[in-house]
Amino acid sequence: MSIKRTVLAAALAVAATSATAASRDYISVVGSSTVYPFATVVAETFGKTTQFKTPKIESTGSGGGLKLFCSGVGVEHPDITNASRRIKKSEVEKCASNGVNDIIEVKVGYDGIVMANAKNAPLFKISRKDIFLVLAKDVPNPKAAGKTMPNPYMTWKDVNSSLPNTRIEVLGPPPTSGTRDAFVELGMEGGCKKIDWIKAMKKTDKKAYKKLCHTIREDGHFIEAGENDNLIVQKLEANPAALGIFGFSFLDQNTDKVKGSEVDGVEPAFEAIADGSYPVSRPLFFYVKKAHIGKVPGIKEYLAEFTAEKAWGDEGYLTDKGLIPMPAAERKSFADAVKTMKNLEM
Amino acid sequence: MSNQNQTEKRAIDLVNASLKKRYAKERRFRHVGQAAVIMGLLFVSFLFISIIGNGYTAFEHTFVRLNIEFSEQEIDPEGKRDPQALSTANYAGLVKAAMRAEFPDVKARKDKRALYKLISSGASLALREMVLANPEIIGTKKEVWLVADDDIDMLIKGHIDRNVPESDRRVSDKVIGWVEQFESKGAVEKQFNTTFFTNGDSREPELAGIGGAVMGSLYMLLVTLALSFPIGVAAAVYLEEFAPQNRWTDLIEVNINNLAAVPSIVFGLLGLAMFINFFGLPRSAPLVGGLVLTLMTLPTIIIASRAALKSVPPSIREAALGIGASKMQMVFNHVLPLAMPGMLTGTIIGMAQALGESAPLLMIGMVAFIVDIPGGPFDPATVLPVQVYLWADSPERAFVERTSAAIMVLLGFLFIMNFLAIILRRRFERRW
Repeated sequence: MSIKRTVLAAALAVAATSATAASRDYISVVGSSTVYPFATVVAETFGKTTQFKTPKIESTGSGGGLKLFCSGVGVEHPDITNASRRIKKSEVEKCASNGVNDIIEVKVGYDGIVMANAKNAPLFKISRKDIFLVLAKDVPNPKAAGKTMPNPYMTWKDVNSSLPNTRIEVLGPPPTSGTRDAFVELGMEGGCKKIDWIKAMKKTDKKAYKKLCHTIREDGHFIEAGENDNLIVQKLEANPAALGIFGFSFLDQNTDKVKGSEVDGVEPAFEAIADGSYPVSRPLFFYVKKAHIGKVPGIKEYLAEFTAEKAWGDEGYLTDKGLIPMPAAERKSFADAVKTMKNLEM
Repeated sequence: MSNQNQTEKRAIDLVNASLKKRYAKERRFRHVGQAAVIMGLLFVSFLFISIIGNGYTAFEHTFVRLNIEFSEQEIDPEGKRDPQALSTANYAGLVKAAMRAEFPDVKARKDKRALYKLISSGASLALREMVLANPEIIGTKKEVWLVADDDIDMLIKGHIDRNVPESDRRVSDKVIGWVEQFESKGAVEKQFNTTFFTNGDSREPELAGIGGAVMGSLYMLLVTLALSFPIGVAAAVYLEEFAPQNRWTDLIEVNINNLAAVPSIVFGLLGLAMFINFFGLPRSAPLVGGLVLTLMTLPTIIIASRAALKSVPPSIREAALGIGASKMQMVFNHVLPLAMPGMLTGTIIGMAQALGESAPLLMIGMVAFIVDIPGGPFDPATVLPVQVYLWADSPERAFVERTSAAIMVLLGFLFIMNFLAIILRRRFERRW
């Protein structure tokens, strides 16, 4: 009898608390694992310095985050999503079809993607064209103009005579990673475009152009090393002949173990990424659901914390964590957009 | 007769001829078996050595002794000792003032910034707690051990090499000079890292702890245990003792065995679709995690419980029925108590499995950065294996040792649970 009663009481308690769970007193953030280290620092500072609870930040990847974000309005859906790329038109439409119409877009700053090797290995000076020729599945046939062939290059020297005569071995992230997407787009496609007839192809046959520029070779010279960038750093240390692809913040933390290769003559340094001269860098964003402002406490204050100079400014605490800040004018325009709650414009 | 003699001879010859070969075969098999065991042991010891070697340093943290002046002007200029004013005072300023007093010749703004970074941002919280606990100390001067920044900690522990060129390390020569000045005064010390056990997650390695993850794991396992044990045992008892033997029960049995082999991420997807999207339970809550893991551990518990019931000899059942007990009395008063140790062992092993699980939790939002320690099964929480995963992915070097330390704690819990299972089996299991 008494057991029955306690079970009943427990069931009632569950029902009662799930009814109160209909309101939420903390901010829910989802999205990119690249923005995660920055968003978490802001969230922690926000939680410590205000009366609000510390926001909950899930690392779901940019695409997964936007999917959750666009699934509807209401406390069961996240308030903010981080993205290491801009929101796509199809995603905006999906958002709108679920009633998420007003979105504020905030650019956070930049992230550089570096190709690095072990400290004791020779410094690589490569161009984006080299990156394409080294890593693409199919490359232009030098003997027949306008034709491609499966990538025949075995050593770096085969691609560019100024590079060392070692076997091509590149460790990089798997296709699910945003870092991989950005690297393919900025590094490989950037080099691909340097070849005139491929550039011309973009207008005539966009599909074939994309396939040629975006497909990475699968013959063992490019090794998928998993999502964990720390692991790539460790592997580079153990294998001086290999190069690795990862985010700038990991290079910044491990300057005693690895060094970044120069791309198009520019070293991957903080200043070079900030002023845009380092070619393989991408913007980072987050998106805010306007309908939740005022419903979930603290969103406005969280945005103010993120867009404050002490956070994302030139000497803000996010730069300590490896974020490359935007130029002052760009920061101001995004900070103003947050204050006036300007809607996203595609 | 001669014929028979010949065959006898031949048989023994055959035996003798192949004897050596057969012995050799047996020896080879033994060696292969031993080699397999040794190999397994080697791998396990390699794993343990690397984890413990990486992680044991995380249980200590570097502290720096500073002479803090709890100046009344800074903390409580109005002198009312109002708790609200005391808790919002500028304690970081006290640390900065103490650092400036320690190194009076550091003048440049950039150098000062670097100097302040020697001490963790968590130090001001520690000072605040000191003042709130005992407002009497305002106006006095006191030597306090404060948490050092993670870079300094790595330097003291030798994870940052002082001998490599300055451009190759995160800590500049100037900072090393300051640290050495502290060291020469004996003002740097490694102390037991209580923060690691009491704090929730943080992006500052020196403030990050597994407290939140342990509580999250605890709530989740409580939910799992409260649901999966009674349901699992009831299902096993019904299937084993009461259910008729027909095609339906066969089908159910096959499906339970199949479920035990389903990859755990599938249960996560099911949990997302059912508990979060359909029932509207909160994301990231240990309650949902517990429900998902209940689904995952149920087959294990049912199978183990049925095996335990099967091992109770039929004579016990027959004796009970023979003296007039009903079937229900027979099961609950005679069979179940004897089968209980086996059932509990199965449950503990299921729980250990649930404790180490992270894949299904990804789907229901428990792979998240959560600073506040959860206060109940409805608060957002993360669990130990997820905390390991999140730290392993962090760029800061100090998280490497903390990752290993968190693994050690997780392994510790698993050891205790498996050990409990063994004790239960040894103490209470009866053999017939």
